[in-house]
Formats: sequence, C-alpha cells, structure tokens
Amino acid sequence: MTVESTAARKTTRRSSGAKRTASASVKKGQGAEPELVQLLTPEGERVQHPDYDIDLSADELRGLYRDMVLTRRFDSEATALQRQGELGLWASLLGQEAAQIGSGRALRDDDYVFPTYREHGVAWCRGVDPTNLLGMFRGVNHGGWDPNTNNFHLYTIVIGSQTLHATGYAMGVAKDGADSAVIAYFGDGASSQGDVAESFTFSAVYNAPVVFFCQNNQWAISEPTERQTRVPLYQRAQGYGFPGVRVDGNDVLACLAVTRSALERARRGEGPTLVEAFTYRMGAHTTSDDPTKYRADEEREAWEAKDPILRLKAYLEKAGHADAAFFEELETESETLGKRVREAVRAMPDPDHMAIFENVYADGHALVDEERAQFAAYQASFADSGAEEGK
Amino acid sequence: MAVQKLPLAKALNESLRKALETDPKVLIMGEDVGKLGGVFRVTDGLQKDFGEDRVIDTPLAESGIVGTAIGLALRGYRPVVEIQFDGFVFPAYDQIVTQLAKMHARALGKIKLPVVVRIPYGGGIGAVEHHSESPEALFAHVAGLKVVSPSNSSDAYWMLQQAIQSDDPVIFFEPKRRYWDKGEVDTEAIPGELHKARVTRQGTDLTLAAYGPMVKVCLEAAAAAQEEGKSVEVLDLRSMSPIDFDAIQTSVEKTRRLVVVHEAPVFYGSGAEIAARITERCFYHLEAPVLRVGGYHAPYPPARLEEEYLPGLDRVLDAVDRSLAY
Repeated sequence: MTVESTAARKTTRRSSGAKRTASASVKKGQGAEPELVQLLTPEGERVQHPDYDIDLSADELRGLYRDMVLTRRFDSEATALQRQGELGLWASLLGQEAAQIGSGRALRDDDYVFPTYREHGVAWCRGVDPTNLLGMFRGVNHGGWDPNTNNFHLYTIVIGSQTLHATGYAMGVAKDGADSAVIAYFGDGASSQGDVAESFTFSAVYNAPVVFFCQNNQWAISEPTERQTRVPLYQRAQGYGFPGVRVDGNDVLACLAVTRSALERARRGEGPTLVEAFTYRMGAHTTSDDPTKYRADEEREAWEAKDPILRLKAYLEKAGHADAAFFEELETESETLGKRVREAVRAMPDPDHMAIFENVYADGHALVDEERAQFAAYQASFADSGAEEGK
Repeated sequence: MAVQKLPLAKALNESLRKALETDPKVLIMGEDVGKLGGVFRVTDGLQKDFGEDRVIDTPLAESGIVGTAIGLALRGYRPVVEIQFDGFVFPAYDQIVTQLAKMHARALGKIKLPVVVRIPYGGGIGAVEHHSESPEALFAHVAGLKVVSPSNSSDAYWMLQQAIQSDDPVIFFEPKRRYWDKGEVDTEAIPGELHKARVTRQGTDLTLAAYGPMVKVCLEAAAAAQEEGKSVEVLDLRSMSPIDFDAIQTSVEKTRRLVVVHEAPVFYGSGAEIAARITERCFYHLEAPVLRVGGYHAPYPPARLEEEYLPGLDRVLDAVDRSLAY
C-alpha cells in the first residue's frame, strides 16, 4: 500500500506535464497525440521543460553527437554486410539513435541493461565492441559476450521476455542494498506481451529499481501501434501504480534527461518508471522485411524531418559548439569504424563443429557427452573412408 | 538426530531449510509459499524463520515467477521456485524453455542459471483438472534443463540439496501423492549422485524401471510377482534428464526383460526413449521387447476415472506377465 501510494504521489508530482497532456488528448479526441518531453526541437532549437532540464557542456554535446553518428555508421555497415552475404540478418536501428544514446548515456557503469536485439546504440554506450554484436547475425554464435563485462545482457530475440529478467535482476539489486538501477528495453510490439505486463506487476509490487524503456518506433514489423494499444503506451504505467512519461525519442537531450531522472528515482528506492520514447523505425524491421508493403513513403519522409542526428547537428552549429574540423574528423572516424567492422566480420571464423556440444550445461550431462563422442567418431569416419576410397 | 523418519513433504521442507541456512543466496519464490507454507505445506514455517525477503510470496503469474527468478540468478542468487501444480507450469513454459534452458549456451558458458523449479506432479489425489498431470517429458526433451524426481523421503531431502547446489537449471518433480509417505532421512549421510539410478529391489527375471510416484507401485508389483515365483528387479531412475542408461543396461543384461512404468502418457514419454536406447544397447540380451505402462493419449480424466487411467498394480503385473510370456 505504501509503495503504491508513494508511486501515485510521484506520478502526480513528477509527470504533471504528462498528465496534462493525457487529459488534453482525451479532449481533443482520437488522433491527437499527447505532447512529448522535448528539449531540442526538430529544427535544433533548445527548449525548456518544467520537469526535465539538462545542462551539458559543449564537450558532452559533441560526445552525444559522435555516439549517434558512429552508431548509425556501424548500423549502415552491418546492413551493407548483410547485403553482401556476410551476415544472415540485420536489425537496423536507423532513426532510433537518440533514444538509445540518450538513455544509454544516462546509465552508470554499475547499472545493468537488458536489451532486445536492436539496442546497438546502447551497446555502444556500454562499451560492447560492435563486432561482438555481429556474431549472432552472422550465425557463428547466439550472442556469446560476457554480460557482466559491461553490465549489458545478451540480446533477447523473443519479444518482451527480458523485461522479467530485468525486474528479477532489479529485485536482486534491492536485496543487495545497492543503489544501482536496471533498465529494460522493449518496443511497442512487446508491450502486448504478457511478460511485459507481468514485469510491470512484479516491479511495482516489489518496488524494484528498474526503468522500462519502451522505444515506440510505430511499427512491429507490419503492425502499427494501433494494433497494440488504444491508449498512449506510457499511460499504462498508471494502472500499475508507477509513473509513465512520453519523451521525444528523436531528441537525445530529452531522452538523456528523462532516463536520468527515472534512474535516479529507482536509485532512491522509489521503484519503476515507464519511459515511452516516441520515435520511428526509419528502416525495415530487419533486412528480411519489406516496409513498402505496409506503409507509405510520406510517413517516413515526415519523420526524416525529425531526424535525431540532424537536429543535434543544427544545434551544435548554431550554438557554436562544434566547428567544421570536428565534423570532418568524425567523418574520418566513422569510415575507420566501418572499415574495422567490415574486416572483423569477414575475418570472423566459423565455430568448430564440436561447439554444438559446448556449454549446453554448466555441470555436464551424460547424454551430451555420449552424443559428442558419437559425433566426433562420425566426423572422424570420413577420414577413414577417404583413405579407403584411395585404395 | 541425524536419522529421522519424515513424510516426503517434510523432508523437502527440511532440505529447503538447510539450504536457506547454509547459503544466503538461496531464495524461495512462489504462490502462497510464505505464511501459508505452500498448498502442500512444503515451505511451512520458512518465511517465519527466514523472512519475507528470502521466502517470497509472488503475484499469481508463473511466467513472472520464473522470469524474475532468472533475473535474480543473473544477479547471483539461487532461486528455488515453486509452481503450485503440474498443470499450472505452462504459462512459465516459455521462460523455462526459451530462456532458462538456453541462456548458459547463449552466453557461451559465461553466465550460469542455478534455478530450481519445484513442481508437485502426478495424480491419485482426487483433484480437479490441471492438478494431476505428469509433464516431465516436455522438459526432458529440452537441452539445458535437468529433470529429476525423488520417490522417497531420503531422496527428497538429498536430491533437492543437490538440485539447489547445481549450477544448471533443474526441474524438480515432486510426487504429490507420496508427500505424506514416511521414510528415513539421514541428514548426515553421503548422498549418491543426483543423476544416478538406484536398484531398490534385486531380481533376476525382469526389470521394472520407474521414478517418482510409480516406484512404490513397482515395488508392490515385484512383491506380488515374488509370490508367484517371479523375481523382479526394481530400478528407481530418479533422473529423467540425464537418464542413467548404464544402470538400466546393467540390470537388463542380467534380467533380459524390461518394463518401463510412468504416469505420464506412454506416447512420446520417457519410456519411449528408454525402450529405443535399451533396444540399441541390449539387442542381443533382450528376450522380449521393452514394454511400457503409463497414461493414455487422452487428457487426464476426471478424478472418478483416475484409477483406471493411472498405471496401478494390476496393469504393471499384466505387463510383467506379457513380457515373461515372450
């Protein structure tokens, strides 16, 4: 009871802007979108918000810009590598750089991330080597990085499952008395999954220090958000007794400020927050998808005008925070990154055949041992038959 | 006090208590496991002694229970999860099969998932639908999981200790109709290996292989057969993944006949796997095909019919006779 009432109080106090918006939306009727927390307009104008503010140095602003540019460059390289046959699949984050870099840069080292399979920008912020992300898309492993090196869990492919892992991890953080926080990434499609609903329930009931960061990129493969929800997604939090806020997902400053605030709230022991980053998937769902079958070019064009990188660039230039040399250097750095990723992927060896049997269990398993031996003998039999044929 | 005579449920309770005492990372989670002590009282008194922080009443959401247990394991805890009844596990089946079983391999071994999922299973208690099922094959089929089931109080105590100590996820099936059966538990004994079968009755003419609730039925069948001059060996398999095929082979090479008994449906059941592998291993020793006794390919019936559905003494003896007739 205490938890719920605290959360309810917080909703009122902290998300007053969002609440105003919600009622405005009802008044305006269907089709009217609630306003977003925004600190940087699509034109690159710095604006103020009553509940969220941020004060960044020119250096930090350039850092965010660099993160977004390099992430986009890495992403486009991966798409190209898929087209060249080097990767079996790629899930592009094109258009979602601000949501990922803004939220990713809000994290402390001791915070823990539970991503979907599209969080390449968050991985970048956590210091995961981009080439590590490509193993699973090339088909040499299913992930394979050590989650505890960067506090960045493995990519989760089945939609929404990781929100429960994040909640459980956060429950553990609270038990340990640590003041770190956990962030769970998911999308508008995942918001329909039972696991996401259950993670809201568990995190609220146990007051777990977790931030649910929903990138509403408007499309779950071919299904628009209207097929997932009749209310703005951030409003779902209210029913669970914790605050929800919608942020301009293409505004890196707003994403940083809102996520930072939600993380701080979690650290203070005030429980979960739902952040809905309102953004757009500029590309296909994956390289196997064809968005021309289900959405209009005009929609994409409208979102191009809200591009997260262009608006920060406009602001950096207008404010005099970056000069031509900075952009040129970054261009060179981008190309170097592209080249490095390209070469690393092409050099990535296929796993040894026997890897099928590795790490199935931590403590071993008699059947796996038996089948491993049978498989090894079967493989070895080809050497014998080759010799026999030669006779 | 090292040796006590305990009902199986109480042996599990003592085992959980011991685990909570010895390892501060052990947690118990589930529906009604706290004040109530679980619907079968397996966790009775544990929340009172270890607190709500370690014996955790959860929301009624099985996927949420297992999913958050995974997260807690990733944080370094060793959650012991209770699913209230066999037929209630399926909302958690996705988390168990898709996440719990595969995460260690997905991470190339860099993380471990020491989660125990306790499931009271099997019929014979006159319950309503979804309270009497035996879904063990659905878990044994999944690489990454280990699946065990004790048949008596001593194994209940020790196998649960070993399951909690395991760094792999273990699905721990508890024979709910044996919860009240008493047996000796030596809490200072040196236990056998978790995944090894045990010969519980020596015999020379035929081997009955079973686990969980069916071991008792098989022992009764062996005693009845003895009166007719048939020497039946009973093998308590204890583990359905891995299965101790070496022990079955050793027994079958001696008796030359094998009948596998379980409550679960015969079709695609663990008996099918055992029959196939033992036929491969013991083809020249077998005097009869491996026979199976188990449930039918039908939903678990209403309680008034369960005696007909469950493999009882007569159906086991019938299979013994059929095997010996070859």
